[in-house]
Amino acid sequence: MAEIRLERISKTYAGGKAPAARDVSLAVADGEFMVLLGPSGCGKTTLLRMLAGLEYPDTGRITIGDREVTDLPPRQREIAMVFQSYAVFPHMTVFDNVAFGLRMRKQPADQIKPRVERAAELLQLEPYLGRYPSQLSGGQRQRVAVARAIVMEPSVLLMDEPLSNLDALLRLQFRAELKKLVQDIKTTTVYVTHDQVEALSLGDRIAVMRQGEIVQVAEPMVVYDRPTTEFVGSFIGNPPMNFLRGSVSRDNGHARVTIGSEALTAPTALAEAVGDNVLVGIRAENIEARAEAPSGGANGAGHALAGETVVVEPLGSHLLITAAIGGQQLKVVTRTDFPTGPGRPIWLYPEEDKIRWLRPDTGAAVQV
Amino acid sequence: MAVADTPQTLPPGAVQATDILPRTAARRKGPVRWPLYVAAILITLFLLLPIYLITIAALSPRAAVNDFPKSLVPRELSLETLLFFLNSRGVVASAWNSVMVGVITLVLSLVIGTPAGYALARFAFRGRDAFKILILTTRAFPIVILSIPLAVTFIQWGLYDTILAVALVHTALALPTTVLITSSIFVSVPRDVEEAALTLGCTPVGAFLRIALPLALPGLAAASLFTFVLSWNEVFAAAILTVSQRTLPAQVFTSLGDSPLPFRFAGGFALIVPSLVFIFFIRRYLFNMWGRVVR
Repeated sequence: MAEIRLERISKTYAGGKAPAARDVSLAVADGEFMVLLGPSGCGKTTLLRMLAGLEYPDTGRITIGDREVTDLPPRQREIAMVFQSYAVFPHMTVFDNVAFGLRMRKQPADQIKPRVERAAELLQLEPYLGRYPSQLSGGQRQRVAVARAIVMEPSVLLMDEPLSNLDALLRLQFRAELKKLVQDIKTTTVYVTHDQVEALSLGDRIAVMRQGEIVQVAEPMVVYDRPTTEFVGSFIGNPPMNFLRGSVSRDNGHARVTIGSEALTAPTALAEAVGDNVLVGIRAENIEARAEAPSGGANGAGHALAGETVVVEPLGSHLLITAAIGGQQLKVVTRTDFPTGPGRPIWLYPEEDKIRWLRPDTGAAVQV
Repeated sequence: MAVADTPQTLPPGAVQATDILPRTAARRKGPVRWPLYVAAILITLFLLLPIYLITIAALSPRAAVNDFPKSLVPRELSLETLLFFLNSRGVVASAWNSVMVGVITLVLSLVIGTPAGYALARFAFRGRDAFKILILTTRAFPIVILSIPLAVTFIQWGLYDTILAVALVHTALALPTTVLITSSIFVSVPRDVEEAALTLGCTPVGAFLRIALPLALPGLAAASLFTFVLSWNEVFAAAILTVSQRTLPAQVFTSLGDSPLPFRFAGGFALIVPSLVFIFFIRRYLFNMWGRVVR
């Protein structure tokens, strides 16, 4: 049980061109489940390995609890780690695998047995304690790896894409189990993944990383609804957030953003940016689609964007429509009985409070 | 190393299926392959035929050695020739010397070579590639040239005509291959499992001893067999550095001139058999070495 502080961590691998971490700072609260999310090569695993002591930062400080651990080897950090490849010891039985860390700590044998058994029980491994890893399935091996980590009762639990080697169904099942397990043991956890669904479903908070930097740290729904950059919006969510290019104008004292021949009412914060381009970010499920023109006449009151349906994809629970507005495409989610087809006109009503306004040059959100 | 779902089920150092697969693919749509096969068969025959003839001669009665024309099928099997060889003076003693030299060579080269192989496999240090080539070039140095100064040195140290002297030279000869084979074995031990041991409280040395070494053990056994064969077969240094403490090849070699033909065939057979058996067991580790580490 401990909080983690990363202070201004930088790291460049020998022979590496771009730094794996540039000036990263991050605080993880005691008992918090923090997910490091990003595309491959963004430095998330490097950050985790520096927490574990398997790599050392070039500059910066790492503290766990009230101990600075920046230069300590892994065995002195009170951490436990679950590896992507499971990394169970193939020449040891499940029991010996789980007991390994406790034996390294020179715990008396009569204390090791009950602790191993309790960890095995938590992960439903009791029937397999006498088996060797080669006699287990991938999912069971990953359970061994998790049991081996939590039996240590570490201050910090580190997990490096623990679900990515499991098949889809098993991954879904183990994800829920893992969430419950971590909630129960209340250990500060740092979890690395490139899977945004995993991040959203597991994390108390998500740190989105890109090119060695943390782009946004927030609760899952905040990251999802209010991405601070275009990258975050398009990396998280399926389909990714729509980004439409528009320009700011002023009309009767109100700021407006025109997209092709269509216009949206913009927040007053944008009024100073008349003439500038702006990116309009909106998620597919936050757009209401209608098949008929609004009754208030063309371009009437409200904020309808007139466009044309390009592709309709039935996805079981909903339709995914690709529509075009002024030459720009966006995705819209509708009910399955929505009457439309390729080439037919469509009117789209984005929910105003769900729209993100971003500067196209930096990709950063305009605060409204 | 690719992260397969079941990496742990493969013995360390095993040839992965992917190493073999492309060959079948190439056969299906590649150019005509039969000249290659003919060449391969000819080369194999060139190497195997003498071994086969030696084997027949060793297992035939003494009189059959002088038969002409030779038949490819032995007419009569007999242990007479082999027994004659084994009962010759010095053969059993020199075989024992060979075993002792082999064992000492094996232990020394593993103790020295394993850490070097581990370092080559795990650490990206400056000059690693140069080091790899350098240890191979030690094999290029002719043992003939080395032997005379070595003999002088060993006489000065009082080691001349001892099995230790022969073992030391054999260790020097074996080390390059030991280092390269062991490094290929450690490459196939996933780094993850060692790192897991580090996070679970091991020191780096502890992780090596408790995790990497046990996992590498089958491969190390193969490497030691290779070393043993190399020592078992080495003639020149053994013949120069000993007078009374001959190893088996040295004994056979020095008595070749004044021994009867059956003795030579039986001696050849006794020298070939262990090598063939050992090579049979370690062949996949050799493929592994050539496939991955030495490119």
